[in-house]
Amino acid sequence: MINALPPAMILILGGLLIPLFKGRTRQALLLLLPVISFINLLQLSHGSYWIYPFLSDQIILARVDKLSLIFGYIFHLVAFLSAIYALHVDDTVQNVAGTVYAGAAIGAVFAGDMFTLFVFWEMLTISATFLILARRTERALGAGFRYFMVHVAGGLCLLAGIIMHVSETGSAAFDLIGLGTTASWLIFVGIGVNCAWPFLHPWLTDAYPEATITGTIFLSAFTTKTAIYALARAFPGTEELIFIGGAMAAFPIFYAVIENDLRRVLAYSLINQVGFMVVGIGIGTALSINGAVAHAFNDLLFKGLLFMTMGAVMYRTGKINATDLGGLYKSMPWTCGFCIVGAASISAFPLFSGFVSKSMVMEAAAHGDMRWLWFILLFASAGVFHHAGIKIPFFAFFSHDSGIRCKEAPPHMLLAMGISAVLCILIGCFPQYLYSMLPYATDYQPYSISHVLAQSQLLIFSALAFTLLLLAGIYPAEIRSVNVDADWIYRKGSRQIYRFCKWAFNGINDWADRIFVQQFTKLLAQFFEDPGGNLQKYSYRLWVEGSGIPDDQEQVAKQIDSRSRSAAYPVGVGVLLAVVILALVSLLLYLR
Amino acid sequence: MSKKPISIDEELGMFDKPENVKRLLRIFYACVVVSLAIDIFYHKHGIFTWESFFGFYSVYGFVACVILVIVAKYVLRPLVMRKEDYYND
Repeated sequence: MINALPPAMILILGGLLIPLFKGRTRQALLLLLPVISFINLLQLSHGSYWIYPFLSDQIILARVDKLSLIFGYIFHLVAFLSAIYALHVDDTVQNVAGTVYAGAAIGAVFAGDMFTLFVFWEMLTISATFLILARRTERALGAGFRYFMVHVAGGLCLLAGIIMHVSETGSAAFDLIGLGTTASWLIFVGIGVNCAWPFLHPWLTDAYPEATITGTIFLSAFTTKTAIYALARAFPGTEELIFIGGAMAAFPIFYAVIENDLRRVLAYSLINQVGFMVVGIGIGTALSINGAVAHAFNDLLFKGLLFMTMGAVMYRTGKINATDLGGLYKSMPWTCGFCIVGAASISAFPLFSGFVSKSMVMEAAAHGDMRWLWFILLFASAGVFHHAGIKIPFFAFFSHDSGIRCKEAPPHMLLAMGISAVLCILIGCFPQYLYSMLPYATDYQPYSISHVLAQSQLLIFSALAFTLLLLAGIYPAEIRSVNVDADWIYRKGSRQIYRFCKWAFNGINDWADRIFVQQFTKLLAQFFEDPGGNLQKYSYRLWVEGSGIPDDQEQVAKQIDSRSRSAAYPVGVGVLLAVVILALVSLLLYLR
Repeated sequence: MSKKPISIDEELGMFDKPENVKRLLRIFYACVVVSLAIDIFYHKHGIFTWESFFGFYSVYGFVACVILVIVAKYVLRPLVMRKEDYYND
């Protein structure tokens, strides 16, 4: 304990030192940092450490318990695997951003108070943005900018909630919050942005496919899973999450079926998988939260693996659209094999990792007698096999021969994919090691005959549907296109807003200019040219119109003009006015 | 299969031969039949009553995927599909 450092420190500070090193030394450092950081983490036993006073409260850099530890372990593992996969990348921006990004995620899951959480939360946003921008294409620039804006908005929402919450409760400790106050809603939605809830999600499907090949591997791991951790910590058993998660599990699979960019297909299926986790947290029983956390653990591995295989395809062929790929099993047999393992895991085939965690959430929903939810989740399970389990490997590696002949993925990529694939199978075959790390003690048994049979039938008949639809020519052909999603609101809708603002505000501006600058000042200037004379003229006109006595107004106006110009008022008028004023004054005094 | 001329010395892949694809499909159909046949002999236990109905999971998996594809193709795609340069004008 005494020798240990705060969990995030090694990766973040080490990441910032990376630019000082070059070549082999830098590669060694990139691989060693997650390992050293992991050994450092192992020094910590349960408890809270590095507590410093801050304002009227305290910040806690490390709160170590079962929930934060399991996320800490898997984040280290994924950071290490991603570092192996990205070993060829000699780009300082990506090297630094990737390492700091992993460190920020680890910092966020160990944060014991909300201020620390917020700092690491924002660090995630900034480092992730660089992983997108590092692609250095125009599309990546746009996507990175939008990513940043959305997450800054979400971060501000979170910050507002945190400040209100701290001032209401007087405590900054990051524990169970639960929905109720305005502050809790702001925190809830702030986390929801990072969790890619429906309508808050398009940053994910927009940016992940535009990031660099290796950047996407990092991105797919940390932001959403940190949000899942935050929800599991602060909002377990919140009923709203069941609805949100159900929607997340269901709607992306429709998009995934018609999407051409295979990394975007995976991005949609990422939202679908996170949906299962959100549902698990929403149900809030020990089984469902265990299921959510276990599924997050597994998803980090198999979704990372799938993104790695698609990244390898992209690295070798330069293409990622289903319309351009096909028949690659001959050129990249190992990558193809690993992809199938990832696909089997995400589809929850028995003996693969998804099977042992997704079923926990399903069973928790059934125990709670949530029938409609259970049907939606079962639909999503069949759907995920359809688009991620079959579509990804089929269109990339089989389907029609695209004519592309390329080399197998480089050894370091194969190694990273291989380790991930082996872990997916090991967890699927020996889930008890994963279960022992979960936040609640469990004796859950995924491998009953009924369950294995049910899941196999579901998947085999999903595959049958795919086969028959494909052979019948009904399966939608891949088309080069853009599919409009909720990001339309700020990508196209913003232009409408701009146009509306231009019309409304410029209109008001023109009107104000006409009235106040041109007409009103002109009138004022005319009046004050000769205020005394004008006053007389207007009063006289009023008197004439009021009394109805016809008179030669023009004649009188000329008289007034000439009198005021020469300042030749009869003495009598002055005397009369003086007498009137004196009379008024004495009357006032008398009345007092 | 492809229009690209394949050089003679290049080995044809396993799935370039139609008979292999056919063989694979036959194995797959056999799996389909077997998985459904097991339901006759083994009575599944579930939390909901309908989980133990004959072929519930099979029918649900099949119908779900058909609905998924039909809705995605005939409802969602006409609604959301735009040209590739839709956002960069």
